[in-house]
Amino acid sequence: MGDIQHHDNRLGIWGWLGGGRWGPERYAYALHRISGLGILLYFTMHIVVTSLRATGIYLWTEGQLFDNVVFKVGEFLVFAAFAYHACNGIRLILVELGLAVGRPFEPVYPYRTSLAVQRPLLIVMMIVAGLLLAGGGAEFLRH
Amino acid sequence: MRETKYWAWHMAAGIVILVLLGLHMTTMHMGGLTGLFVSHPGEEATALVNSQARDARLSFAVGYIVLLGVALFHGFYGLRTILFELTLRPLTEKVITIVLVVAGLGLFGLGSWASLAAHARAIVPGG
Repeated sequence: MGDIQHHDNRLGIWGWLGGGRWGPERYAYALHRISGLGILLYFTMHIVVTSLRATGIYLWTEGQLFDNVVFKVGEFLVFAAFAYHACNGIRLILVELGLAVGRPFEPVYPYRTSLAVQRPLLIVMMIVAGLLLAGGGAEFLRH
Repeated sequence: MRETKYWAWHMAAGIVILVLLGLHMTTMHMGGLTGLFVSHPGEEATALVNSQARDARLSFAVGYIVLLGVALFHGFYGLRTILFELTLRPLTEKVITIVLVVAGLGLFGLGSWASLAAHARAIVPGG
């Protein structure tokens, strides 16, 4: 048995941040995780703040903290993260269930990838996310 | 096999969240456009009167608890998946699982109690 060379090929967190040759889906994947972690962070704080209403404190109605620009921008970012995460999540579920990658075919050169088959779905879902952002953005600007 | 089952639940939870959180976002952030569940149209969706009006409806209290449960499972299982992809030691994986389960159950307990207590307060005049 020859010596096995060990390479440090663990990319860790940086492994899923780079798109490389994988194309836009890889960036969609990284953004899905970043938006998901952002939503989770907000969600845990949201649970604590909204739970105060059990004692009659509706903190978000008391102005000051929640009326400033920084908080409003943060609130819009959460909405944006949700819009993106939801639309991309629908695409991921459809792909996971094999509904958006086409029928299997014999791999004959020049090889084709199912990534190209599902790409129109990616584009459609990103347009839907964009429309949601525009609608939600208009509402935020109204305030 | 168990992880496959959890992953299927993760996807199913995502669909439930899509509906319930979609309604929540539409109510809270697009209420001016849709007028959905705004009991006092002259006021913001986040105003005290509208917040209390939502709490007074049992369907909202139950909806909040269901959303809380599925969102916590979806969020914490997603976080666990991301962390496990970093190739951790089995003991570290076990500790992470326990911490996330305890945190999830704790937040679920807090949020469920708050929803029911707020509902009880809101249906009592002057509560």
